[in-house]
Amino acid sequence: MALAKEHGLKPIYTSIEGFQEEPELADIVFEATSAKAHQSNAPILKEMGKRAIDLTPAAIGPFFVPAVQEDANSVVELDNVNMVTCGGQATIPMIKAVSDVVGVDYAEIVASISSKSAGIGTRQNIDEFTVTTARAIEQVANVKEGKAIIILNPADPPVLMRNTIHMQLSEDADTHTENILASLEETLKKVQAYVPGYRFKADPVIQGKIVTVSVEVEGNGDFLPTYSGNLDIITSAAVKTGELMADHMMVKEY
Amino acid sequence: MDIIEATHGDGLGGSSIQYGFSKEDEKTIITTAVQHAKQAKIAVLLLPGVGTIEHLKRAHSYGASVVRVATHCTEADVSEQHIRAAKELGMDTVGFLMMAHRTSAENLLEEAKKMQDYGADTIYVTDSAGALTMNEVRERIRLFKENLSAKIGFHGHNNLSLGVANSIAAIEEGADRIDTSLAGMGAGAGNTATEQLVAVMNKMGIDHNVDLYQSMDAAEDVMKPMMKRPVQIDPLSLTLGYTGVYSSFLLFAERAGKEYDVDPRDILTRLSEMGAVGGQEDWIIGVAQELAKEKAKATV
Repeated sequence: MALAKEHGLKPIYTSIEGFQEEPELADIVFEATSAKAHQSNAPILKEMGKRAIDLTPAAIGPFFVPAVQEDANSVVELDNVNMVTCGGQATIPMIKAVSDVVGVDYAEIVASISSKSAGIGTRQNIDEFTVTTARAIEQVANVKEGKAIIILNPADPPVLMRNTIHMQLSEDADTHTENILASLEETLKKVQAYVPGYRFKADPVIQGKIVTVSVEVEGNGDFLPTYSGNLDIITSAAVKTGELMADHMMVKEY
Repeated sequence: MDIIEATHGDGLGGSSIQYGFSKEDEKTIITTAVQHAKQAKIAVLLLPGVGTIEHLKRAHSYGASVVRVATHCTEADVSEQHIRAAKELGMDTVGFLMMAHRTSAENLLEEAKKMQDYGADTIYVTDSAGALTMNEVRERIRLFKENLSAKIGFHGHNNLSLGVANSIAAIEEGADRIDTSLAGMGAGAGNTATEQLVAVMNKMGIDHNVDLYQSMDAAEDVMKPMMKRPVQIDPLSLTLGYTGVYSSFLLFAERAGKEYDVDPRDILTRLSEMGAVGGQEDWIIGVAQELAKEKAKATV
């Protein structure tokens, strides 16, 4: 709250009710509480005519992963958009990179995050994390079946966010190997454009129908520690989404 | 035998590329166990982050009446939803604190208290890496006994050849449940072998309800013919216990060692230094690649 004031922002101490009293303060609301809270806030925001960018796994609005859905036209008109999860933002671009080249029947992601960067919201909603991420893999990355696993690691110093993606292709990778690697490389650059600390942690492994990709996310270290790359990647994605929406709204106004 | 667990080694929903696929689906595994168990209750394992409450509800509908909700020893708070849901289903609910060597006895107790508050009936000291020695087991079980109202369990691995000794130490400190498996079938150098613990308990006059000859025969005639790789203390499984690495990493490290031509013991030791926890099998390939690169550099 003090930090917000320092930056000339107006803090509201009374949650959504406080915002209802002064609705002119904002047109776009970033929801960063919990899935449960957003379920009750979402209809109120809609009623108020405000747009919600949801960083919880509530998944009321459609999923949005900026690195993948470059055609933003569909998003800017929505009143509620969901940012999936940190694990989803970190892995879906890579899965899409492969499914653009060859069919992916099954994709499974394992997100390891440091215990210190997993807040109470993540801890008490761990099922929502895995279920929402799996659904988003299917819908956004165009995969028949998705699965997500999350592991909290308490090592000290804290580990950087690490995501491993195992994919089962619809056919042998043989003739597609070069194209898959090129597509992964291209996607890496796209994500790096808004999350500079996003990089391969191991060389991609391609064996028969199985492709394994491992990425690490080092946070910017500006507001949060560098081990909180998981928080950076979803907030960066949300900011990018907010910018798209705001641009669109300004164009409409003038 | 009072309880038999029938689940993938990484719990409900654990069948995956990451951990290996189960030969049979969850429904078949659980219902088969339920149909054939005469007096034992059937348990399932659930790792929050891998399996969900939906998985648990299905397992319960197949007839499972016990659930062991497992978290890393310092992360008990991710089990709150699952322990509460299990209690609502009326299940015998266990909190399973894995890799119990990775934190102090005092801190382990704090995590156990959380699970007890959520409603767990029994809390386990789970030595997933087979890395605890007898005094460390005693200290942990004793603290639990003095401070918890929940029942207490111990789950051992035989990586340091202490599966039986640690289980006896736990019993002497008042543990109510001890995990065993026939012929020690389990990750790393295996778990405490049922027939071996029964023999020792008989000699020590410790009360139980398992027949020695029948458990020996079941181990020899049923379990051993099904085992692809002998469960034994060898350089790799001993390294697991010595460096404190999750026992399931053994097969993955062995494979990665061959593929990248590096000593799998170095892989395990590096993983230990990195502080890998249960379920992070995906780190193994990265470490093997790293070691191979270092080796190539050193020989240039």
